[in-house]
Amino acid sequence: MKHLLGTEGLAKVDAIRLLDLAEEFSAVATRQVPKLPTLRGVTMVNLFFEDSTRTRLSFEAAAKRLSADVMTFQAQGSSVSKGESLKDTAQTLEAMGADVIVIRHPASGAAVRLAESGWVQSSIINAGDGTHEHPTQALLDAATLRRRFRTDPRGEDLTGLSVVIVGDIAHSRVARSNVFLLATMGASVTLVGPAELMPRGVEMWPVTVTHNFDEALEAKPDAVMMLRVQYERIRGEYVPSASEYVRDFCLTTSRAARLPERSIVMHPGPMNRGVEIASEVADSPRSVVLEQVTNGVSVRMATLFDLRGEKA
Amino acid sequence: MSDYLIRGVQLPSGVSADLALKDGVFVSPKDLTGSDTITIDAEGLVALPGLVDLHTHLRQPGMEQAETILSGSQSAALGGYTAVHAMANTNPVADNAGITDAVARMGVEAGYVTVRPVGAVTRGLAGEELAAMSSMARGAGAVRVFSDDGKCVADSLVMRRALEHASALGAVIAQHAQDPRLTLDAQMNEGALSAKLGLQGWPSVAEESIIARDVLLAEYVGARLHICHLSTAGSIEVIEWAKKRGILVTAEVTPHHLLLTEDLVESYNPLFKVNPPLRRREDTMALRDAVARGVIDIVATDHAPHPSESKDCAFGEAAFGMVGLEMALPVVIETLVKPGLLSWEDVARVMSSTPATIGSLSGYDKPLIVGEPAHLTLVDATTPAVAPRGSFSRNDPYPQGTLPGRVMHTFHGGVMTVHNGELVASEDLLRGPSA
Repeated sequence: MKHLLGTEGLAKVDAIRLLDLAEEFSAVATRQVPKLPTLRGVTMVNLFFEDSTRTRLSFEAAAKRLSADVMTFQAQGSSVSKGESLKDTAQTLEAMGADVIVIRHPASGAAVRLAESGWVQSSIINAGDGTHEHPTQALLDAATLRRRFRTDPRGEDLTGLSVVIVGDIAHSRVARSNVFLLATMGASVTLVGPAELMPRGVEMWPVTVTHNFDEALEAKPDAVMMLRVQYERIRGEYVPSASEYVRDFCLTTSRAARLPERSIVMHPGPMNRGVEIASEVADSPRSVVLEQVTNGVSVRMATLFDLRGEKA
Repeated sequence: MSDYLIRGVQLPSGVSADLALKDGVFVSPKDLTGSDTITIDAEGLVALPGLVDLHTHLRQPGMEQAETILSGSQSAALGGYTAVHAMANTNPVADNAGITDAVARMGVEAGYVTVRPVGAVTRGLAGEELAAMSSMARGAGAVRVFSDDGKCVADSLVMRRALEHASALGAVIAQHAQDPRLTLDAQMNEGALSAKLGLQGWPSVAEESIIARDVLLAEYVGARLHICHLSTAGSIEVIEWAKKRGILVTAEVTPHHLLLTEDLVESYNPLFKVNPPLRRREDTMALRDAVARGVIDIVATDHAPHPSESKDCAFGEAAFGMVGLEMALPVVIETLVKPGLLSWEDVARVMSSTPATIGSLSGYDKPLIVGEPAHLTLVDATTPAVAPRGSFSRNDPYPQGTLPGRVMHTFHGGVMTVHNGELVASEDLLRGPSA
């Protein structure tokens, strides 16, 4: 692959290859020296127009484990506030030697635009664009599901697994990327959230939609993925109040207690404890939040390797 | 000023004839006696009355890097236009006679088309206090169309007062129908595609609800109302209902809404970002049908030039709008004439006489008739259109070479502004091409 822009349209064979690579790379972390020389001489640039310490650090860790060089561009207080454009910034960083550009941007489609505009020649990895996609998040979620539910995950898809995704679907790039990838991988997906936080047109997605969380839990899903709620969306315009949201859509201890033994709880982080997820649930054995973070590094190593491996 | 004899041209009615132009008006060919008559062999060309655009952004004053009154006039002439209505969202806003008079004067100085200034409905387009409509109407700019285009007159009371005020001036309010609250941060048509692309949706109901309110207001106060760039199938139903009720409403559609659809946005290419947004295929087809049935009265360009940096960015950061003056007629030929929805007489109506009537512009009600102003466009309907050249801006969304219709000659009041498909230079306008 040249770029990773989204999971929509990502072929199953490519997804499985990336996940299998991630399995290989996950072993590196446990070595005494957790580093491979694979991407020596390759420069990865983190081009972040939006704050995200976690994703940025995860990409940085992945690049370093593969011996790539890392440059970081963080928009806060940078030339972007002086009006420098995406085009100029990307071209400047490429002129400094970037081979791979990892982009996080508040505008949906920014990564696609960077890849297809002809502004730069680098490989582009979408690390979250507006309310569109966050493909490495979906891949790390798929890696986590595969590891949990398959004895030998290599080569496997997610057929037969059921995943419930809860929260602000309309504004979530994590939800979009997961919906597309989980469908490709054969899992069945149920989306849960208030009607006003479901995108218009959601009926065209390969999912079941409900506004009743408890009903979705009765189906005993294998995984429940809680999305981070943006505070500005639960004040009036979308949801009447935070307490209403908590009552209807928080994964409380009593809701978690109704899940079967095997079910796992996922969250892309950072969590709003007490809003979309109760602290006790977040810290319970069925929570795989930290596994997701760990798998995130492996999946990003796999992506970097897949895009640049042969050229290094 | 030269005299012109146009030989063997096909009139909108379909018959072949010779046309003669002398001293700014159409004359009988036998009245051309001078030795300096220029003869144009127009066999295979269609004669249309000079086109009139009711919705043009010329950007001057204030955004001269995108367009000037001169460059916009040249673009208009190349597109076959002889009159344009320059929208008020300039900087400063055309909300007083000082600006509207200056725009009209700069149009005369440019010399290619009649530039009719559109006045703002509200001061600074802020939607709060009415602009100085009366002085703009009575000034040299003689404003007869008022619009806050780019912004909706959203406040119901302000809209009522504007309709009443304009009515007393014999003018029309041209409404940009967009409920601002329903379209916060909106980027594209709302639906399955916007959901997939993660772009904030612009729901059809945000247009339809404002049109519904405004036709009722227009009926209540007995005023004329014009709806800019109608874009949805639902809006057509509202207009049709209003017309059946006898409400004095007219509506326009843009060339791009007749041809282009929302799936082009899938590329995230800001060239396809426009307001109102490109809609579904069903809407496009309904709009064509509505023009054919006369529910939609006119085609207007919403020519919206932007400098390249306003489009060379992420979709959400880009400006709304596309240029349209030079491709409007080709799009109309492709979408309405070729499929048999409009005759050439209909084209003359929706692109010339009716927009002139809505804008209270004289000289277009008896087209191509002896004694009337010689506003004339000769088009080769079978040759592919060439990419826009007149405008300063390059935000043209149409693939090159795919649309039929090349404007070969344009005459504005007997002055040839386009000759053999090329612009006549400013200094040659009054002299005319060498015979």
